[in-house]
Order: sequence, then C-alpha cells, then structure tokens
Amino acid sequence: MELAAITKEKLDRIEVKLLLEAIHEAYGFDFRAYAYASIKRRIQRRMEAEGLTDIAALQDKVLRNPETLERLLLDLSVNWTAMFRDPGFFLTFRKKVVPTLRTYPFVRIWLAGCSTGEEVYSMAILLKEEGLYDKARVYATDFNEPSLRKAKDRIIPIDRMKTYSENYLRAGGKGSLSDYYNAKYDRARFDSSLMKNVTFAQHNLATDSSFNEFNVILCRNVTIYFNEDLHNRVHELLYASLVRLGTLGLGDKESIKFSPHEDCYEAIDEGHKLYRKIK
Amino acid sequence: MVKLPESVGEKFRFDDRKIEIVVIGASLGGPQAIKAILSGLPSSFPLPIVVVQHRGISSNTALMYFLTRSCALPIAEPEDKEPIVYGKLYLAPADYHLLIEDRSFALSIDEPLHYNRPSIDVLFDSAADAYGQRALGVLLTGSNCDGAAGLANIKRHGGVTVAQDPATAEAPEMPTAAIAAKAVDETLKLPEIAELLKSLSSAGTPKSRSRKKALK
Repeated sequence: MELAAITKEKLDRIEVKLLLEAIHEAYGFDFRAYAYASIKRRIQRRMEAEGLTDIAALQDKVLRNPETLERLLLDLSVNWTAMFRDPGFFLTFRKKVVPTLRTYPFVRIWLAGCSTGEEVYSMAILLKEEGLYDKARVYATDFNEPSLRKAKDRIIPIDRMKTYSENYLRAGGKGSLSDYYNAKYDRARFDSSLMKNVTFAQHNLATDSSFNEFNVILCRNVTIYFNEDLHNRVHELLYASLVRLGTLGLGDKESIKFSPHEDCYEAIDEGHKLYRKIK
Repeated sequence: MVKLPESVGEKFRFDDRKIEIVVIGASLGGPQAIKAILSGLPSSFPLPIVVVQHRGISSNTALMYFLTRSCALPIAEPEDKEPIVYGKLYLAPADYHLLIEDRSFALSIDEPLHYNRPSIDVLFDSAADAYGQRALGVLLTGSNCDGAAGLANIKRHGGVTVAQDPATAEAPEMPTAAIAAKAVDETLKLPEIAELLKSLSSAGTPKSRSRKKALK
C-alpha cells in the first residue's frame, strides 16, 4: 500500500501543534489556541535564533532545556505596546465616553491584557486630567507575570518619552507628559500617585472566568494573537463582565463585527473601536 | 489583447490546478505597477486579491483612493478576523503586518521585517501555508529584498509564482532577488501579468482549449 506524502503545509501545522502540545503538557503554558500564522512566525524566529532548522528540533530542545523554553516563552508572550497608542482612541474616549462616566458615582475599569503597563499609565493620566480618578477603580490584568512586575515598576526607557509625549498630546493631553514622571539617567519613572486606585492581578483570558462587572473594559490588540475560538471565548468573557450601557474598547484593527454578541453592542465610534453594550 | 508567452500558457493550462487567491507584493514604483495589472479586471473578478504595498507608518487614504480609482473591484483594508471574500481587493494597512489565517485575515504588530511593516514575506508565507498550491504570488517593482523568501515559500508549497520583469520595473532589485532565489515560475512584463490575471476563470482555472498537463 502506497501512502501519499502529506503537503508541506500540513507537516508544518502538525509540527507547530506538537510543539504547543509539548509546552502545555510539560510546563502548563497554553498557546494551543493562538492564531496559527503569527505564532508559527514567532516559533520559526526562535528556531533560527537557536541555530535549528526544523520545529521538531526546537521541540526537542525546549523539552530538555528549560532556558530554551524561557526564551521561547518570551518570544511567544510579549506583545509590543506604547503609551496612548493610537492617540485618536484616547481622544475619542475623552470626548464620547468620559461625559457618561461623570454621571456615575463609581467607575470600574478593566484593562484586560495590560502587558507591561503603558496602557495603564495612559488611562490613569487621562482619568486624573478629566477629574475622574478619585471615583475610579482600575483593574489591570495580564497572564504574564514578568510583564505585570514591569507594569508595577512604572519605569519606561527615557528614549521612548519623546514619542509618548507626542502621543499624549494628540490624545488630548492637557498638560505635559513630563508632569507625571521623574527622569533619572536613561529611565523615567511614573509617579506612584498614578497607581493609587490601580490594582494589578494575574488573569488568563483563555482560562479564567469573569471576576467583576465593569463600566469600561479595554481589551486592545490582545485577541489579534488568538485563533477564532479563543477570540470568541474572550468576547464571551468581556460581554459577561460589562454592565449594561458599559463601554468596550478594542484595538485599532479589531472589530466587534467578527465576534459573538455583535448585535448586543452599538458603536460609540466604529472608527476608534468604542462600543456600548445595549443588551 | 496581449498574448501570453507560450511557456506561461503551458504552465497554467492544466486541469487540477485551481487558483483561489492572488497575493501581490510591491514597493518602490508599486502603485503604478499595481494599477497596470489590475485596471483591466472586471468587477466580476471571482478571486480575492491581497496586496502589500510598502508604505509609511502613518495611515493615509491616498493609496486606498488611488487603488479605488484604478480597479473595478471593491477595496478594503482588512481588520483582524475579517473573512476573506471572493472578488474583493484587500490592501495591507500602514504599520501592521497582514497575514492569512485559514480563510480570514489576521493583523500583527510584530516587529518590521527588512524594515517593512507591512511586509510582503509575512503575507506570502501565510498565503503559502493557508492556500498551498492554490495560491498565485506576484512580486512587482521594489528596491529591497522583501518578498523573495515569501515567493519561494509559495513555490515550495506548490503554488504559482510570478515576478515582474526587472528590466521593466521602476526598481528592479525586488524581482531580481526573487529570481536569484529561484522563487519564480515566470518572469513577465506588466501587460502579461494583467493578461494572466484576466484569464483566471470563475473556476479559478484559466480558460483552456487543450488538456495538456503542466510542465513543472
């Protein structure tokens, strides 16, 4: 009996799947529902960096060598972020969402997938400038412990501050970004007062459940790394965690259109990915 | 009416090859070259066409506007998880990588490749994975090497690969790099590429009178 050779794409897919299964089985980290195309690229970059030529060899090295695993984990979990990223989002938030928030006695905000904290500092500054900080409680979560530690440190390399200052101004900043940090050598550290009403916690959008109801949820540029099933699961979670008439904010290239509960939201500003839960 | 070179006719004239997606990469000189190959397509063109045109990091509507006026197909910059629709022209947005994930799009903000984001390699690699031998890759004018590896990948997966004749390209480096990497099935001038695209029928196979097998 002659067996047909499998296509290259099928072979690649099997190798990636096996690697992710191995990582999960051996170490408990679950990347199995991440979007295939982008995770495959990251895996191949790590494979090349380790001097290997196929994914099966990387799997072998990862299983036998915890340092290799750590390097791979770093590649797979860290996602680039910036302060006031897509400044138009924050400007629109100020114009169209803040007025509603003013009418509430308390405002609970969930920053889901806060990574290394840039979005947290941005939101804290915005709340301060809009006079909402004292009645706000911000919950910033991420599944990645090192990222959370960095976020709590409030430290940003000083060479990024020029871009961040520009973003801050375009986002409707009322003063100067430097009002909020102290610079020393090559680092800037944001004031601890910004963190007074902020709670950081580890939370895995893939596996954990809802833990509160929020007036505002931001989940920006997180689900772009997830496959369709996981993306849908996360949206179920976000929907369940949002109060009626609450605000959901997504990333610049994401949309409520390709998620479940699409019809339960109306657009506050489709262009800037701000939505209101209406049912 | 441009007649395709005989060799191209041979390559595309066989029964079990269906092209289901066209992916195009361009850099310096791209917009005019893209216009040249797409302007003759009818609005009823049955396949999705996905374009990476190297562009600056700030989003601007000029490129979209130019392509809207140059091509009869509806055009969009896709969002993450957006399904790929037949007969639509998709343009990679500024400062994001555009990937294909099964039959939808995925956006990524991973670092630039060869200083480019969107990168042609990123799109072509994912097209090779998602569509295998049903992908047609077209690499046009450009002055860097983005796209050569991706085009080679499409070829390795059994897809069909075309490069613009470097002698006719505003910037020859990109198609030249692809040719040097042995990534190219056919090197064609822009009118010939236009003709090739036009010849893709509703079944995704070019209209053919004979039933000759493909020469690989």
